[in-house]
Amino acid sequence: MSILLDNTTRVIVQGITGREGLFHTRNMKAAGTNIVGGVTPGKGGTMIEDVPVFDTVEEAKAATGTDASCIFVPPAGAADAIMEAASAGIELIVCITEGIPVVDMTRAMLVVREHGARLIGPNCPGMCTPGYGKIGIIPYQIFKPGPVGFISRSGTLTYEVVALLTEASLGQSTCIGIGGDPIIGSTFVDYLKLFEADPGTKAVVMCGEIGGSDEEDAAEYIKTMSKPVVAFISGRTAPPGKRMGHAGAIISGNTGTAQGKVAALQAARVPVADTIFDIPDLVKESLARVS
Amino acid sequence: MKIHEYQAKDILARYGIPIQPGRVAHTPEEAGAIARELGGPVVIKAQVYVGGRGKAGGIQFADTPEQARAAAAKVIGMDIKGLTVEKVLVVSKLDIKEEYYLGIILDRKSQAPVVMVSKEGGIDIEEVAATMPEKIIKQPIDMHWGLRPFEARDILARAGLPHQVVAKGGAILAALARAFIESDASLAEINPLALTADGQVQAADAKILLDDNGLFRQKEYASWAESEESNPLEFEAKQEGLTYVKLDGDVGIIGNGAGLVMTTLDMVARVGGRPANFLDIGGGAKAEVMRKALTFVARDPQVKGILVNIFGGITRGEEVAKGVIMAQADLPKGLPIVVRLSGTGAEEGKALLKDAGLDWGKDMREAAQKIVAAVTSRD
Repeated sequence: MSILLDNTTRVIVQGITGREGLFHTRNMKAAGTNIVGGVTPGKGGTMIEDVPVFDTVEEAKAATGTDASCIFVPPAGAADAIMEAASAGIELIVCITEGIPVVDMTRAMLVVREHGARLIGPNCPGMCTPGYGKIGIIPYQIFKPGPVGFISRSGTLTYEVVALLTEASLGQSTCIGIGGDPIIGSTFVDYLKLFEADPGTKAVVMCGEIGGSDEEDAAEYIKTMSKPVVAFISGRTAPPGKRMGHAGAIISGNTGTAQGKVAALQAARVPVADTIFDIPDLVKESLARVS
Repeated sequence: MKIHEYQAKDILARYGIPIQPGRVAHTPEEAGAIARELGGPVVIKAQVYVGGRGKAGGIQFADTPEQARAAAAKVIGMDIKGLTVEKVLVVSKLDIKEEYYLGIILDRKSQAPVVMVSKEGGIDIEEVAATMPEKIIKQPIDMHWGLRPFEARDILARAGLPHQVVAKGGAILAALARAFIESDASLAEINPLALTADGQVQAADAKILLDDNGLFRQKEYASWAESEESNPLEFEAKQEGLTYVKLDGDVGIIGNGAGLVMTTLDMVARVGGRPANFLDIGGGAKAEVMRKALTFVARDPQVKGILVNIFGGITRGEEVAKGVIMAQADLPKGLPIVVRLSGTGAEEGKALLKDAGLDWGKDMREAAQKIVAAVTSRD
């Protein structure tokens, strides 16, 4: 079992004919994802990678019955692409695009909320369910199916930690990179809830970082969970007020510091790994405790 | 992106927000001439990208053009928190009766810009927020509409601003919201909004931060970019498309992906080292980007060794290795470098490094230990 993606999910790619879109469409298909079509305005009626291309998401939805979309549209048009997907009734929207103006995202979120869609990202690596496939750019080969749910704000750090889990024979149920921007479609709590309800997930690993208060909110929710959660927070050595690449990873004053997040998680009885190398052992201990 | 007060006021003026007459001067003579043009008492304000100008002596008052010239001579060239003052704003002095705070900041939680208004202006709003939160009225902007004038007036009224300010101030706040949205700002503040003795309402000081992601469609504002930090390397890196942040230590750090680079800094600190910088080369970097990144980090005179930590996905290990080898010619002789590669192309990359006689670590921890040991042994 898993969350969000299984063998019934029909996925389209917005921006399928672009360099990134095409490259990752191939990778997603290779991972087993059921890609049913793509959207590039002006290229409707053509075929690419054996799937039909449409001018609009509305047309793609009508022809393919798609329920999920992966967006590789460049920053200037990406918020519009998110709104188009939500308006067409796509339930799961994964936006990989980095560099979307934040004002555009404030407007896109209105549409996402009004249509009740679920948005992962933007500025994220997407998600992956080992055994079924992936939506996004996560390198699929480092995963193996198993009982650990995984949520992270970062891309390459996710791959690093997943590789450690796989090496320690701890397979994963579903892995989600929620994205590093100040405005993102969904948060840690959204996926903790899904993992809590998923019979295939026995424990959850959550990799947070400095900035914002998503980790603190997650700590509150974890207090009500039956499944164990193991956490890691990056940016412990970052000086206050410095922006460390992720638009989200900026700390000012006393809010959003690594220390504050670690304390909040520990107060919720969540083991917080000192380094990523401690994560597999903490997961094993947690699994042993619950079984 | 940071912009100066005079630039922020330039934006506000385009939206009809009243500001004092004045201009920027680069020399004391220019400042004197502007003061003569304006007539009457003026304020000379240092234009630097840091707060606390007043306390540092960067704000001076002058009654005559000659005094203005002398005051500007004092301020231009002054050092404020590591930044040299290169220009001053010369404006007519206001006879201020009361000061208020108007601010708009992007808020993650409400996923919208949030308006903040306080009757207590002219001081540090974070201080007010911490000690007297009830004195700040906050309201998210409904992005369907923007901030409508009646909402702006309502916020000012709830903040307890006097009747005579609610109408004029409401128009100013609604205009500030339009400026925020249309300029792709992430912060826009008028602090203080001044009520003058003769009943005018004016933006006496202004601060705007622009969203870097919006600069592609704000070409004029993007052209205002100047070195933002006391460290010119950070500005140069940005122009080169690298995300570089200078820190205090001596171990240079390069990686791909913000989260991984931050985790690498933490790991170096964990094994007893002190990171000299944060440098994210982003996704899919080629050898030339890696070479540039290494030579960049090595220009910091404090750096005694460099750790490169790459998890290959779209970034390929052999490209990274090639870049490291290419950089050797440009790096100081004997500067220790440890490379850690995993994922796509890691094996090919390691083979190249081995042939070139360069050191690598099997994982992030071992690589961190190796570079910290190498740097320590140089002391």
